[in-house]
Amino acid sequence: MTGAALHTLLSHWRRHPLQLFTLLAGLALATALWSAVQAINAQARASYAQAAAQIGANAMDRLEPADGAMIPLDTYVALRRAGWLVTPVLEGRARLGGEKLTVIGVDPVTHPSLPALDDAAGALSPADLIGPPGRVFARPDTARRIAGLPGMPPVIASDEVPPGAVLTDIAVAERLLGQRGQLSRLLLLPDQPRGLRRLAEIAPELERVAPTARSEIARLTDSFHLNLTAFGLLSFAVGLFIVHGTVGLAFEQRRQMFRTLRALGLPMRRLIAVTLAEIAGAALLAGLAGLALGYLVAAALLPDVAATLRGLYGAPVDGGLSLRPAWVLSGLGMAFVGAFIAGGQALWRLRSLPILAAPGARTWAVGAARNARLQATVGAALILAGWLVLALAGGLIAGFVFLAGLLLGSALLLPAALGLVVGGAERLARGPVTEWVWADMRAQLPGLSLALMALLLALAANIGVGTMVKSFRLTFTGWLDQRLVSELYVTARDDAQGAEIAAWLAPRVDAVLPIRSVERRISGMPVFVYGIIDHPTYRAHWPLLQADPDAWDRVARGEAVLVSEQFARRTGRWTGATVALAPDWRLPVAGVYSDYGNPTGQMILSLPALLAHVGAVPNRRFGIRIAPDRVPGLAEALRRRFDLPEDAIVDQAEIKARSLAIFDKTFFITGALNALTLGVAGFAILTSLLTLWSRRLPQLAPVWALGLTRARLMRLEVARSAALAGLTAVVALPLGLVLAWALLAIINVEAFGWRLPMHLFPIDWLRLAVLALVAASVAAVISARRLVRASPSTLLAVFSNER
Amino acid sequence: MLLSIDNVTKSYPGSGAGPVLRGVSLTLGAGETLALTGESGSGKSTLLHLAGALDRPDSGRIALDGTDYAGLDDTGRAALRRDRIALVFQQFNLVPSLTVAQNLSLHARLAGRHDPARLAALTERLGLSGLERRYPEQLSGGQQQRVAIGRALAARPRLLLADEPTGNLDETTGEAVLALMLELVAETGTALLLVTHSERIAARLSRRAHLSNGRIT
Repeated sequence: MTGAALHTLLSHWRRHPLQLFTLLAGLALATALWSAVQAINAQARASYAQAAAQIGANAMDRLEPADGAMIPLDTYVALRRAGWLVTPVLEGRARLGGEKLTVIGVDPVTHPSLPALDDAAGALSPADLIGPPGRVFARPDTARRIAGLPGMPPVIASDEVPPGAVLTDIAVAERLLGQRGQLSRLLLLPDQPRGLRRLAEIAPELERVAPTARSEIARLTDSFHLNLTAFGLLSFAVGLFIVHGTVGLAFEQRRQMFRTLRALGLPMRRLIAVTLAEIAGAALLAGLAGLALGYLVAAALLPDVAATLRGLYGAPVDGGLSLRPAWVLSGLGMAFVGAFIAGGQALWRLRSLPILAAPGARTWAVGAARNARLQATVGAALILAGWLVLALAGGLIAGFVFLAGLLLGSALLLPAALGLVVGGAERLARGPVTEWVWADMRAQLPGLSLALMALLLALAANIGVGTMVKSFRLTFTGWLDQRLVSELYVTARDDAQGAEIAAWLAPRVDAVLPIRSVERRISGMPVFVYGIIDHPTYRAHWPLLQADPDAWDRVARGEAVLVSEQFARRTGRWTGATVALAPDWRLPVAGVYSDYGNPTGQMILSLPALLAHVGAVPNRRFGIRIAPDRVPGLAEALRRRFDLPEDAIVDQAEIKARSLAIFDKTFFITGALNALTLGVAGFAILTSLLTLWSRRLPQLAPVWALGLTRARLMRLEVARSAALAGLTAVVALPLGLVLAWALLAIINVEAFGWRLPMHLFPIDWLRLAVLALVAASVAAVISARRLVRASPSTLLAVFSNER
Repeated sequence: MLLSIDNVTKSYPGSGAGPVLRGVSLTLGAGETLALTGESGSGKSTLLHLAGALDRPDSGRIALDGTDYAGLDDTGRAALRRDRIALVFQQFNLVPSLTVAQNLSLHARLAGRHDPARLAALTERLGLSGLERRYPEQLSGGQQQRVAIGRALAARPRLLLADEPTGNLDETTGEAVLALMLELVAETGTALLLVTHSERIAARLSRRAHLSNGRIT
């Protein structure tokens, strides 16, 4: 019995292969985009965990200063003398060979087993590691780039080092980072002796921190991954609209089949079970196809995402993608969940389908039209609920809840809104054909509403995300112009050469602006503290968001600091607050400046003040103010005089180009997902029109019989489809702008720590609207071509059969 | 007695009309053929639906082979329809996505009584040979109704219920289809309850009952 019933149900798909393709493709696309995002997230997180394991950071308790500062070497020595079994770690970011790398310095003698060092144990003696010149371990690609750099010890390639990091002895790390006598943390070794003096007596500023399952990078990048997940969910939802539409249509077309099966003795429970099996089968097939497609999409996008994460957060992400069982299972799970969500309504209707109801009395379209008011009410409620959550809770999650409520609610409101517009136009229409066109458009609305909702979401996402990215780019470009005012940037080999270069340059240029910084943990956040000299360049160009009137004077006197927006937002220290740079060094905040694209905090203060409090501040980089026409000559002279490599002297234009390239890479995945979502929506329109076509002929045949040519009917079909897409685009514009506002004012602030002004790009909107019209017209032409090709006898046959 | 209908009433709440059936009683023996006639709205189709366990009466008793419908839940009623009853409708009710051959065997397969040899013979008798791979939409009305009759008889039911089986066919085709159905019913010993408003068709069956205003007259 079950076999016969299943065979009968499946026969529908054999007779409607296009519908089957739509169902599977919709579900596969939804699964693919979701799975691609998940694969990228999983790969990144696995990389963070692996990196943490490779540097032994996730196994032991550690001692860290409560205020996030560095640990003086003396404290370490005091602890060792008191019998504490601790091993030091120095970690920081340094620019090596043109790229910023994380330098991890350990004591190879006391540090527990490290995979990279263990691999090399056979070929190297402990003396090779700790004695001059020491060794540096890096992944093969990094090793190739940094080997042979001036002052770099021999580099050993090892796959056991995290991407974007180098591992070395602590003495070498001190030199590379320019931080002497300071440590980032102390790891507590196992089997500590009993009866030790209490930590609070020896080093009261330190606290014992238990190892966490998630590294700091994992926490830092949470918002980035949440952004990706949200986009993945949006794509998934757009795909589900296709599936929902197809399943609903298939249910309507099989209504009589269900009744016949019931009349022939198939129990309702068995019918539901067989229908469930059918949906599950589709979910399995589409899920597997979606996973394969998702893997390909993820593999194509991952290198750029990895570059973004490295650039934005210094996060070690491998560019290669590995297949994880958990990812496969969760992808298939989403396909099943999606299929049952999309098919749930049809199953519910099947459950209450009476055997004897008159066939065709209540079509899907009629049902959908009847539901439009309820749908609109639910939509309005969702928007309101989103607002309430945002207003009451705040934060990143609340921001996403608001966006979800807004997008889904607006989509649900769309059919009612379009119904009102089309109904109004119908009332104003004059002439029989015009009246029929509008009336027919209104009748078609329920059948097309799901595709139009998908189009609305895709267009709004494109407008919103596009506006956000372009606003960001515009602001970022302006910000770069402010921040990068020096005409030339020079990096010396070491501090001694730095001093030499500064002295040589002084009489030859307008100004030499040292770029000197140290990395500190302040208020629990990694912060680069820059020391600057008092120069008009800063006062004229520095991109201040807020400041006291005498901010620059106070900074110059060493009485105040300027902090970056990220630091201010994350720590809540705005102008007027006080920052503890060291236990005995506190300065008020005189102003806040924008510092886009930087995952860490930043602050600037007077260079003499910095040097007075911090012993070793590297003196290797300089910005040079000079007339632009003298730049090439000076660069050449510097190279000759100091034998500097090519990338040690970079002009302003090149740095700006590099920065913009990193920026564009950052939003590459957003653009890619945007385009894919729009593609899915276009596909939704096409499939809706194609699957609805069987119901269109009976509606068009009478009009044809009344004297309208098939060519004219086809033109009207295309115009109708384009008009609906155009109306949807009009609704999508304000929705997209609200989305852009939310991304700029809520999500970005929470995720990255900066707020951006919103700019408007009407030409982009126009381009997108034209794209929507073209997509809808092409979809209509593809399906309406059948009308032109249909012979009169076909039209008559359809007419007589269906009527 | 194969089918026993005893004092059955049925009304449709909210329809605004009175009861459709008012204490109808009827019996049908194995292999017997009975024409149920009456004007439109007299309750013929309602009585057929009740006999086919497609709907439940308000009161009264219906039994097939001694099995009282009242004691059956939805699954039991489905099993009854599947194993002992077959239905032929005016609208044919074929599954449009199945071929003629698949439609013919559908009920038998659901009942677990599919017999390819018997089906082949039945196909031959119904004049459907050569059309097995076609779909219902490619058949004429008469051919579609012959497929519906074949689907019903291939399941070897004890009782065949036919609701205006020739109502959608022209006179000549309807006559041919009816003759074939009566022939096959006689050959297989299947009892037939046929709803019609045609006196001419009713006269072709062994017994007749007339429904008027919800009562057998």
